[in-house]
Amino acid sequence: MAHPNLTSSVIFGLGWLYLILCLMNSFWAMAQLKKQKHFKVWDIFGGMEVPSATTWFAYSLFLGLVSFAHFSGSGSPDRFMLSLPEFFKDSVDSILADPRVYFALTVGGFALMIWLREWWTKPTVAWILLNMSILFLALSMTDWDFRQIVGKPDNVPIVGMLFLLGFFTWIYFSRAVDNDRRMAQGLPIRERENNESVLVWPDLVYPELICMIVLTVILVAWGIGLPAPLEEPANIAKTPNPSKAPWYFLGLQEMLVYYDPWLAGVVFPSVILGGLMALPYIDFNKSGNGYYTFNERSFAVSTFLFGFFPLWVALIVLGTFLRGPNWNFFGIYEFWDVHKLEALNNKNLSEIVWDDMLGVGRPVAEAGASFASQSVTILIRESVGLIFVFLYLAALPPLMAATGYFRKYYNRMGFIRFMVFTNLILLMAALPIKMLLRWVLNLKYIVAIPEWFFNI
Amino acid sequence: MSIGDYIRDSQIWKSIFRHPAPHDRRNRIVVVLTNFFLHLHPVSVKQQGIALSYTWCMGGVTFFLFLVETITGVLLMFYYRPTLEWAFNDILALRDVSTLGIMREIHRWGAHAMVIAVWLHMYRVFLTGSYKPPREFNWVVGVILLVLTLLLSFTGYLLPWDQLAVWAITVGSNMARATPFLGYEGPGAQLLNIGGYDLITSGSDARFLLLGSRFVGEATLNRFYILHCVAIPLVVALLIAIHFWRIRKDGGISQPL
Repeated sequence: MAHPNLTSSVIFGLGWLYLILCLMNSFWAMAQLKKQKHFKVWDIFGGMEVPSATTWFAYSLFLGLVSFAHFSGSGSPDRFMLSLPEFFKDSVDSILADPRVYFALTVGGFALMIWLREWWTKPTVAWILLNMSILFLALSMTDWDFRQIVGKPDNVPIVGMLFLLGFFTWIYFSRAVDNDRRMAQGLPIRERENNESVLVWPDLVYPELICMIVLTVILVAWGIGLPAPLEEPANIAKTPNPSKAPWYFLGLQEMLVYYDPWLAGVVFPSVILGGLMALPYIDFNKSGNGYYTFNERSFAVSTFLFGFFPLWVALIVLGTFLRGPNWNFFGIYEFWDVHKLEALNNKNLSEIVWDDMLGVGRPVAEAGASFASQSVTILIRESVGLIFVFLYLAALPPLMAATGYFRKYYNRMGFIRFMVFTNLILLMAALPIKMLLRWVLNLKYIVAIPEWFFNI
Repeated sequence: MSIGDYIRDSQIWKSIFRHPAPHDRRNRIVVVLTNFFLHLHPVSVKQQGIALSYTWCMGGVTFFLFLVETITGVLLMFYYRPTLEWAFNDILALRDVSTLGIMREIHRWGAHAMVIAVWLHMYRVFLTGSYKPPREFNWVVGVILLVLTLLLSFTGYLLPWDQLAVWAITVGSNMARATPFLGYEGPGAQLLNIGGYDLITSGSDARFLLLGSRFVGEATLNRFYILHCVAIPLVVALLIAIHFWRIRKDGGISQPL
């Protein structure tokens, strides 16, 4: 086989992963044993009280056996049983290999993360979620195509980042849920409990020293284990397909699918940074300063997390792992085929209006017309889109100030703050809006003036 | 008298540290006040403020990674020449020949880790609402440091001068071509002309400023090398100093108000 799903070294490496998972769950099982938690078996099986730790010990034992199988069975990779079944990979690829499904899943996941925060932050639930994601990664590594992308040296940090983000998001939500519950009961928040002053030497400098040593060990081990990438020498004549920016800019590169470079590459990054800098000056909410809470600042946290997860991290994951040659979308187990074709039949708003709806064709300036009259023709041609954009950015904010949910914000924030705030929100919403327009109406540009490099 | 006490009683030790070992409360206070490196800290902090599950330590991690990048970066500069003739070959030598070649691995993974650590640090600062008054301005300084971290990583990405490097920078810098008014394929650039002569051309626009050339070439390598090794680190070091100083001036590490 040219592209073996399993090789001896992959099986051996996975053996280590399962061994680590086995050890993690053994510790977890022992912690459960100490807590002396029990659950009742169904009546038809006798209805006994069984310690919860039994399940975890059984699971750890199973993982240990799986690990052992990997260490001992690496001699014959093509007959090794533990891998993802082809039908599962095919169905994942056929259902999920679509930016619409991917975006819907990330937004849905984001909504569930906030809505079910009291449930999924419970230690046992979070632990099961962690186990599931590691098992998913381990099983997926048995696929050749998955390994090509995820195992790329520069992509390894992204996988690490995803686990770190999951971990720290769990810390945030469990502490916020805890504090919100305490405040509802009139109890002091956790940050105010046992909050004595301690001396920096030794209480802070020792943890700092330990942290530096651990980090150095991690970096050296990482450096020994994973060589830095080095491809062929630079060759301007030979463009790789796909050509990708460094991973932290791939969210911006993904935006190029929906917006032109002047927006996706220049204006939006500037707005993101300007918006981040403006954040402390538009968030007028005094509470939630210096402690974890969700309920006291639900709007600010939800908006920020929406910008961070579905619109930034998920787009980086999309751009890194799921965009292949010609920036086509590929499933996680799909081969990056250069010849994969995707139909592009997107239309500009002006074409939809003048050609399809009015049926008169788009206005065209006469040959040799003056610059002024050409400009007028162009503006008339794109008038519908220009009006839409103008209404969106200039008429919507006053409307939001006068009516509805945002009215109380306007009363608190004053004119300038509110205008900055609403324009930031609207520009953030501009990305998902354009995505939806593209997917529902096949809309290419709302305003299409290639003559001036002015496409929206 | 034990050897430890003998050393700590010697004139040399006393001249460096100026006080006895931090074994009692008084000297634990004095050690922080009189040591140049430790005096970034206050003498005492609130217990919950330094709890790991509260503070995550990611700002400190970022700073430590900056130091790691500086040290490994200086070592790498001894081995690396930013010219078309040598850049790639020097990296090859780092991989295959040089004893301290692992410095490149640590430098590269440290750079990725630093980007991630900055994000996690900002994530924590946002989630604890620590950008709120009186720390608004320090958050702004932090956002600038985020930009500079990304630029450091971006400029460093080019230096190995392999296909990965050159094309990532080409794709990334192509965006600058579309800068409104200042990129020659950006909206409004046509308006900037005097008597029919365009001010903004492919040889004078924002992308040219970034690359020092119409394409990613030797001028770009030189430009990115200087930005990466000298210009940006100097600015970052200054802003880090301001960032730390402001933490102390703005009421210390985050705490419930």
